[in-house]
Amino acid sequence: MKFAIMINEGVYQHQSTDSAYQFVKAAIEKGHEVPRVFFYHDGVYNASSLTDPPKDDRNIVMRWAKLAKEHNIDMVVCVAAALRRGIKEENLAEGFRISGLGQLVEAGIQADRLVVFGD
Amino acid sequence: MTESTGGIDFEDEDASGVIKKFMFVNRKAPYGTIYALESLEVVLISAAFDQDVSLTFMDDGVYQIVKGQHTKAIDVKNFSPTYRALEGYDIEKLYVEKESLEQRGLTEADLLVDVQVMSSAEIAKIMSEQDVVISF
Repeated sequence: MKFAIMINEGVYQHQSTDSAYQFVKAAIEKGHEVPRVFFYHDGVYNASSLTDPPKDDRNIVMRWAKLAKEHNIDMVVCVAAALRRGIKEENLAEGFRISGLGQLVEAGIQADRLVVFGD
Repeated sequence: MTESTGGIDFEDEDASGVIKKFMFVNRKAPYGTIYALESLEVVLISAAFDQDVSLTFMDDGVYQIVKGQHTKAIDVKNFSPTYRALEGYDIEKLYVEKESLEQRGLTEADLLVDVQVMSSAEIAKIMSEQDVVISF
């Protein structure tokens, strides 16, 4: 099955992004495809290269980058939501790209399931 | 459209002509968090994709379409007039959960757009018929 993922919450404050990450990982391990993850609302903070958590904690941003690279996941950050929150090309972490909300709607059309992680 | 997908698996599929049922579920108050405003942005974009779009308002989300919103005192933009513009985007399926209205002492007359008020069971049925449900 082809899953598209939408993440609406930021890093560390909220479990949404952790749950999404674990879902994506499990889905891929089960042989499903996850062509795109879309970051919206505070979810855009998942893409900040300025994130620098303590060493004994998980690095959410780099974890996404690694997973995306390994499995060719298109990680899209909404431009309007990103600009509101200070996420720009110059502080965009590796593996992410900034684009429009059309990418979310397109993912909803093309995937078998769109799974939303949020509050 | 396809060239913008970054060459991922989607590119071998032609999205044009596919019409899916998209339902946006609005559950939060219009101010206090940005969910309602950013939800509306997705709804407006989805209209450009010629999909079968509907909106559901439930829980505190019913406050999003209450008449007479005045936001000057909190220095936040009053975006409620945008709901009136949805019709111009051919988005005419607006569902409101009856129980949510009643629990808040509201009636259909308090709302600024034409809606269909339905019970939670009826909304659940429509929800189960959707291809994509995005909840804010």
